[in-house]
Amino acid sequence: MSFGKKDNREHTGRQDVEVDIYERLPVPFGLVRFGVAPDHPEVKNVINTFTQTAQHSRCSFYGNVNVGTDVSVKELQQAYHAVVLSYGAEGNRRMGVPGEDLAGVHAAKDFVGWYNGLPDNRKLHPDLSCETAVILGQGNVALDVARILLSPMDMLKKTDITQPALDLLAESRIRRVLIVGRRGPMQIACTIKEVREMVNLPDTRPEMVAADFKGIAEAVKEVPRPRKRLTELLLKTALDVPTEKEQEKRSKASRVWGFRFFRSPVEVLPAPDLSRAAAIRLAVNRLEGSGEGASAVPTGEVEDVPCGLVISSIGYKSLPIDPLLPFDSRKAIVPNTMGRVQKTAGVYCSGWLKTGPTGVIGTTMNNSFDTARALLEDMDSGALDVSSAKPGSQGVTPLLEKRGVKPVEFSDWEKIDNEEIKRGVAMGKPREKLLSVDEMLHVART
Amino acid sequence: MSAARRLLRFNPRLLQSRTNKRTAAVTGAAATPPHTSVGNAVLFSGSAQCRRPEGRVTVHFINRDGQKITTSGAEGDSLLDVVVDQKLDIPGYGACEGTLACSTCHLILEQEVYDQLGHIIDEEQDMLDLAYGLTETSRLGCQVCLSRSLEGATVRVPAGLFDMRRADSSGSSSSA
Repeated sequence: MSFGKKDNREHTGRQDVEVDIYERLPVPFGLVRFGVAPDHPEVKNVINTFTQTAQHSRCSFYGNVNVGTDVSVKELQQAYHAVVLSYGAEGNRRMGVPGEDLAGVHAAKDFVGWYNGLPDNRKLHPDLSCETAVILGQGNVALDVARILLSPMDMLKKTDITQPALDLLAESRIRRVLIVGRRGPMQIACTIKEVREMVNLPDTRPEMVAADFKGIAEAVKEVPRPRKRLTELLLKTALDVPTEKEQEKRSKASRVWGFRFFRSPVEVLPAPDLSRAAAIRLAVNRLEGSGEGASAVPTGEVEDVPCGLVISSIGYKSLPIDPLLPFDSRKAIVPNTMGRVQKTAGVYCSGWLKTGPTGVIGTTMNNSFDTARALLEDMDSGALDVSSAKPGSQGVTPLLEKRGVKPVEFSDWEKIDNEEIKRGVAMGKPREKLLSVDEMLHVART
Repeated sequence: MSAARRLLRFNPRLLQSRTNKRTAAVTGAAATPPHTSVGNAVLFSGSAQCRRPEGRVTVHFINRDGQKITTSGAEGDSLLDVVVDQKLDIPGYGACEGTLACSTCHLILEQEVYDQLGHIIDEEQDMLDLAYGLTETSRLGCQVCLSRSLEGATVRVPAGLFDMRRADSSGSSSSA
């Protein structure tokens, strides 16, 4: 299970608690390392707090351990008083349309994993030779993908984006990115910071459909502040006469981006030789209801958009780690009450596995604190039986050894960290990530 | 105490990421330009002047459990600096270390203090949009700087930080 965000901090405030973290990869931090966009380094500052926690004397990190294959949850339950599942959402929701598996179609999770150096995605090699890319979904991940596709090289080359991704993006012929949502401007799932970044992205201009904003200026008056400010920014970008400076920027821009609303994917259309995607067929929707709960209803009309790259960014999805643990496949979460896994004493969950794959770092952090507090409450009330001693890692490491699994400790990660930073210095980047598990293990063991 | 000694008290990594943005609070000058990337040099108000007792500003923090903590910081320190320097027990406070990438340093100010601090830049407003329990007098602690006019002010850590709310009830449904 990946690093349990911040729930460890609450645990280690008590003298009587020890925390061991098991992570499948040799490196910690999960989405903070592999999900947060390379040009959002400040969002990764939480790594400093995580590091302090990991270096606490009563906290130990065991990387390179796959819970489910190297050690079972049952074995962990036998070794520990409590097990917290915090392994996030490594699957993704599929569009479920014909043509989804054509070359040129990628899940956003894989595309992001590719530019962020997730070992499983290093061979993605997306084809960026087309002019138009279509992204399905309008959450922050979709905007991250758009921004990475359209950012000037000057900006990207100073980030921790992987060098192979940078090299491919430098050759990219993509000049237009459409970010498509099923519903309207007032249901868009991204947050204002990310929209503002698109609006301010150098050498780009926005291209929206004015008709998509019919009635929005009126509707925006009565909504809560976050939705209001976001919608006002969209309205301004789509409809307002630009300032002279903005007009100059737009006229010189070599790249275009835009939101498209009221469109759902129905098919990815292949090129004549059937080898790859050449267009996406979108159903035209109308909105029923209003506000956050409005739903998209197909009108029967369709629209084909020529494009060579299709990125589906419609949500991550948690997967079950062990058939003996409860799992809600409809919601793709572990069923729980305040982080206490249902019908399973001594097992808790936190993060996206607990609530579903949405929320910014702050949300997930609080989510984890809540789980930690539930666990501590249970310790104090006796609901969690801590009366007899348990072996902890002493009960697990012999099993791992017998199975030929050698954990990576936090000090080993620090070797990987230092190597990445060292390689980054040579490239003018904060770090140059190691891209394969083998390489990571090699550095960890020297 | 010299500026150099003050520097030594800080975790160097925290130093590197503490923003150098300051609001119009202290001087009434125009708001600072938008944050562009990490690697901002840390503006460090470490002049010997600030270290004299008269250079310190007293503020009171009311924690989530109602506990009142009276503490102080140097003029020019942000409220985030005060929480960090004084090691106040507010779990998760200042996760992004003052770079306007989160809302965990959210504080609720008294009306008069809020009003006198003046203009709030878009980037702070954008992060405030995501804060739990946002009020009409909410600010991000990393953007509010101590000045004489804040002497004796009371700031509240929002109770909402520990709501049992689900992710989608905060108004944002975005991914990390």
